Amino acid sequence: MESKVAYQNELNLKATELRLGLPGTDIESEEQALSSARNNKRPLPDNTKECGLKGSSDDDQHSDHEAAPPAKAQIVGWPPIRSYRKNNLQPKKTEAEGSGIYVKVSMDGAPYLRKIDLRVYNGYPELLKALENMFKFTIGEYSEREGYKGSEFAPTYEDKDGDWMLVGDVPWE
Amino acid sequence: MREERTEMSKDDDRSPPLDLRGADIAESSSKTRNCVTGSGHVTGLNPTEFQAPYPDQVLENVLENVLQFLTSRRDRNAASLVCKSWCRVEALTRSELFIGNCYSVSPKRATARFSRVRAVAIKGRPRFADFNLMPPEWGAHFAPWVAALGSAYPWLEKVYLKRMSVTDEDLKYLAENFPSFKELVLVCCDGFGTRGLAVIAKKCRQLRVLDLIESEVAESDMDWIGEFPESGITCLESLIFDCVESPINFEALERLVIRSPSLKKLRLNRFVSIGQLYRLMVRAPQLTHLGTGSFSLAEGVAHGDQEPDYESAFAACKSLVCLSGFREITPDYLSAIYAVCANLTSLNLSYANINAEQLKTVIVHCHKLQTFWVLDSICDEGLQAAAATCKDLRELRVFPIDAREDSEGPVSEVGLQAISEGCRKLQSILYFCQHMTNAAVIAMSNNCPDLEVFRLCIMGRHRPDHVTGEPMDEGFGAIVKNCKKLTRLAVSGLLTDQAFSYIGRYGKLVRTLSVAFAGNSDLGLKYVLEGCPRLQKLEIRDSPFGDAALRSGLHHYYNMRFLWMSSCRLSPPGCREIARALPRLVVEVIRDEVGMIRAECEEHIDDAFDILYMYRSLEGPRDDAPSFVTILH
Repeated sequence: MESKVAYQNELNLKATELRLGLPGTDIESEEQALSSARNNKRPLPDNTKECGLKGSSDDDQHSDHEAAPPAKAQIVGWPPIRSYRKNNLQPKKTEAEGSGIYVKVSMDGAPYLRKIDLRVYNGYPELLKALENMFKFTIGEYSEREGYKGSEFAPTYEDKDGDWMLVGDVPWE
Repeated sequence: MREERTEMSKDDDRSPPLDLRGADIAESSSKTRNCVTGSGHVTGLNPTEFQAPYPDQVLENVLENVLQFLTSRRDRNAASLVCKSWCRVEALTRSELFIGNCYSVSPKRATARFSRVRAVAIKGRPRFADFNLMPPEWGAHFAPWVAALGSAYPWLEKVYLKRMSVTDEDLKYLAENFPSFKELVLVCCDGFGTRGLAVIAKKCRQLRVLDLIESEVAESDMDWIGEFPESGITCLESLIFDCVESPINFEALERLVIRSPSLKKLRLNRFVSIGQLYRLMVRAPQLTHLGTGSFSLAEGVAHGDQEPDYESAFAACKSLVCLSGFREITPDYLSAIYAVCANLTSLNLSYANINAEQLKTVIVHCHKLQTFWVLDSICDEGLQAAAATCKDLRELRVFPIDAREDSEGPVSEVGLQAISEGCRKLQSILYFCQHMTNAAVIAMSNNCPDLEVFRLCIMGRHRPDHVTGEPMDEGFGAIVKNCKKLTRLAVSGLLTDQAFSYIGRYGKLVRTLSVAFAGNSDLGLKYVLEGCPRLQKLEIRDSPFGDAALRSGLHHYYNMRFLWMSSCRLSPPGCREIARALPRLVVEVIRDEVGMIRAECEEHIDDAFDILYMYRSLEGPRDDAPSFVTILH
């Protein structure tokens, strides 16, 4: 069934041929193995916007968390869904369904860590109140200039670049 | 007049059909009985003398009266090929001009042939461009067309554009140059924004239809809804703007709806909350098509605070047959639509993330449903419920909520099988899934003999039948074999050349074929090009078809609207060969974005390309091709 005829014609052009394919995808046949090996295409950087739900890709920025592993790099234009449609799917509104965004919270001096679901809160004030209740302490007043005043503790998080950031500077969404 | 006469005499030399001479013509018109001569010749007459109508003119008058009733463009195309006389008369009586590929003919040529057009439809970009396979700015500009239309058809009433680049200036031109302009429909278009819409709203006093469907509308602060005339009754019948991704002036919209008693179709965007929807619905109970907007509460409004009676608003819309929207649905509100379900023929829930239970509460009432678009969040169970109730279903589309190769597959062969058993009248299906079996596809081919469109997308590439491990050849083979009316097919999953052999052998009516990650060798494409005489649109990506296969279609390319092949095994010399063999074919080779970056980085410029896009044209290479497009010759 498999014919190798196709190769003879393009031996001298194989090097310049571009084809899409992921490194390490299932290889069904030798032909496909050859085509993947020569693949030097990367999916386009703005692919992440196209794939998956709009909600989840934005949330990845703010915390280290144990939600589902990020999608592996996707082939351009596959599956064939218009980006208009992909970008317009909203996560579920009800709390009961849909995966939460779980974040580990540790506090200096506390014996063990806690986990909270960021989706449950509608803004920073709610989140901070919940943290205060959970760890039985007060956080203090937030101001843009001075951070949190009136408390020994300040809420911080590690962002995607690995830097420790003060909670509250970036808009909630 | 004299000039025209001479031209016609030339035609007469070519001898019109014998039975149209003499007596027959004399009988057909008493006016000319005494003047008809036996020969069909017309000698040059002194213009001041009485001019005897030549035989063909009588015929043409009769023809004109008859042909004006011909509406199908295929019939008209056939009529225009009978003889020059028929061609001429057909051209005079064609009022709807359809251009399937904007580059196949120039605006000048089209408007020169058809002089009395009132409605124009033009299609531009190839469909695979929708999936980011090609850099933007490829072309398909409306500007040259709108200018030609302006001078040729000042009485133009309707414009329908699909996959065209339309600018705000183009919209302004439309609004200012066509006083009878009534209908604008833009499908999958881009290049314009709310500024352009504002001019249309303001200046098109006879506007009946403004439909924006899946188009990209650039945002600006322009309050375009507010630009509709503030007083007096409008003739608006259809206003569709669900794809506009910017907020609108709701108060202006409400006033507009109040002033539009003829409004039948209204599709709101997601910036309209359910509370606002209510206000509009009570003003427009005559609606037949409704797009509900977000179908959830506005920001900052809490559930339960004195909410209006949504159910009664829906119940009051006794003519509602088509429901869509639900862009940010709060599923609790679904119960509001129960009252209209029994009358619905079309329901689009494809932006609504609801589960099987939530769907069931709705679908159980939808006995008359013919068109159903939905997300796979409803699972096989939801499809089973639809199959149980919607016995009249003609079109089904199941979209994936998670469009990736390795996501969970909430729908599978189970749902497909159920639909095939419950909806025997199915004509069109688009089904996204992760796993499929040949058995279910074969079952559908047997249960749904009326299928014309079968598009199955198994999202995992090269995925075989997940029960038997075999390729999906037999399933698709059964579809082409058993569905005798099949005109459109999209294949996926693990497919060998055998699948294409089936398509070539049985797919005699197939006009559109979409192939991705399929086939083993050139044979696959050969089978299709040699076997499918009606093939017009062929789009292939990432399949091992090379130059030899391309050559096997030389006899057919002039009959096709286009061929798209990307990431296949083609070479520049192979494509050049086609361009040389077929001079009326425009052979474009296109680099995609990654290809362009490579070309910039490399020292020597090679002629590697990523996409072959070719189409017949009367005009030769277009002059608006961007730098990443090379036209071969």
